[in-house]
Amino acid sequence: MPAASLEVLGLSAGYGPTVILEDVSFSVPAGGRLSVLGRNGMGKTTLLMALMGLTKRTGGEIRVGGADVTAMNATARAIAGLGLVPQAREVFKSLTVEENLFVGLKERPRSAIAEAYAMFPRLAERRRNLGWQLSGGEQQMLSTARTILGRPSVLLLDEPLEGLAPVICDELMAVLTRLADSGEMTILFVEQRLDSALNFAERVVILERGRIAWTGTSDTLRDDHTLIERYIGVGALH
Amino acid sequence: MSETRPLAASGRRWPRDVIGLAAIALAGGAGYVLFPDSLAFLTRIISIALLVLSLDLLIGYCGIATLGQSALYGAGAYAAGIAAVNGLTDPVALIAVGALAGGVAGLLMGAVLLRAHGLPQLVLSIAFVQLFHEMANKAASITGGSDGLYGIAPGPLFGLFAFDLYGKTAFFAGLGLLLLVFAALSFVVRSPFGMTCRGIKEDPLRIRAMGIGVRPTLIKMFALSGAVAGMGGALGAIATQVVGLDSVSFELSANALVMLVLGGFGSLYGALIGTVIFLGVEHEVSAINPFHWMTLVGVMLIAVVLFAPRGLYGVMTDAVARWRGRP
Repeated sequence: MPAASLEVLGLSAGYGPTVILEDVSFSVPAGGRLSVLGRNGMGKTTLLMALMGLTKRTGGEIRVGGADVTAMNATARAIAGLGLVPQAREVFKSLTVEENLFVGLKERPRSAIAEAYAMFPRLAERRRNLGWQLSGGEQQMLSTARTILGRPSVLLLDEPLEGLAPVICDELMAVLTRLADSGEMTILFVEQRLDSALNFAERVVILERGRIAWTGTSDTLRDDHTLIERYIGVGALH
Repeated sequence: MSETRPLAASGRRWPRDVIGLAAIALAGGAGYVLFPDSLAFLTRIISIALLVLSLDLLIGYCGIATLGQSALYGAGAYAAGIAAVNGLTDPVALIAVGALAGGVAGLLMGAVLLRAHGLPQLVLSIAFVQLFHEMANKAASITGGSDGLYGIAPGPLFGLFAFDLYGKTAFFAGLGLLLLVFAALSFVVRSPFGMTCRGIKEDPLRIRAMGIGVRPTLIKMFALSGAVAGMGGALGAIATQVVGLDSVSFELSANALVMLVLGGFGSLYGALIGTVIFLGVEHEVSAINPFHWMTLVGVMLIAVVLFAPRGLYGVMTDAVARWRGRP
């Protein structure tokens, strides 16, 4: 599936009666990338869940490649091209690495698994291991590779670097950067690590209490320490 | 580019599969040699093993709670029996009729059961088997009702092997069928479809978010499970040449679940082991004390649930793993 644009228009969402996300609007062109920043509890994960149709939407529109996917359920949205790498990784713990990848293949031939091993050679070494036997970094690689194998046109990444060792972060970021450079997927990158988020995408959106508090370029944000301290936290930029 | 090839696609599991099938064939052969006067009982074990395998597909691989599996077994038994008394005598065709009826019943059962989860799903499955039981009871002109369906006279297998009084043909036909079904199911549970089912058991929401329809996948598994159970029922009908209401009873469903838990669910071998042990104990101990043989099964079940939650097959695989791990 080729890369597709993502347009979010006045999106509001929440859990039950609680509204977490309010009137959020942004767009990412096909093959583009956008980083979403914000402190804990500001609605970043809710945004991705709402985009995937995994939480209750109370208003707004979502368009993928110009097509309105707002009324679709999660399965239909995934078929329409959205692919989520969740924050909790959520690998199938009772399946081996290779079996996890099989699930991600959907209709693609089994030989396509080689793409995942080329992306993350460590997964090839661990392919007989069960999901629960993997380290956090390996689980993140598996979760990412499993989603990418499904060839989404828009890839949603929810804090993929959380809790990972620096060397694993570098490995993961190298793969994601290569993928973004290829233009094969539009990538929405939600992250708490400011330096990684700024290096990954030219444009940034900051969420504050469920609303877009600031949007602009990575270079602008990098140079504006007052802005960083206000929305991200003191000492966020190393 | 990595040279790594997918394990399952490279066929490295085939030697293990062949050994497994050879072990089943050997066990069948041993049963034939050791218990030549109990071939009808051995054929019943095979027939029920197909039912328990079909149950394992739903419970062990998909996490679906059901106590109505004998509805699918009974659908196959009655369909094959009714076809036989109406002139269809080819045993292979009768097995196919059983598979088809079981598959259709499985589709129907899946469509109903998948509207609920957990306890309501379990209750629906009980209602389903009770409904089938009552239908079989009331439609006496077709099913024989409480008297059972008689007059099933299968022709020779492949036009060569007549079904004899000692049950030799039925036994070998059953063993062949079991090997075929087991080989096919081994392939299915390791296919991407099988992996998806196991993924659904673990995290259905994640499967949905991956663009895979949970309900259509489970419906397919219900149909497959029904076909396997239906073949078991048809085999039972051919072998005993009678179909009774006990083939579509809640008791049979519950016993099948006990067999699966004993052997270990989520493993095809566990389903076979549980069936052999349960029916073996029933056969031997009930002959000594027909009133209290279930006490022994109850004690075994408590022991397995408390001390070996992965069933007897799990105990065996753990023992082998420990043995291999020795220096």
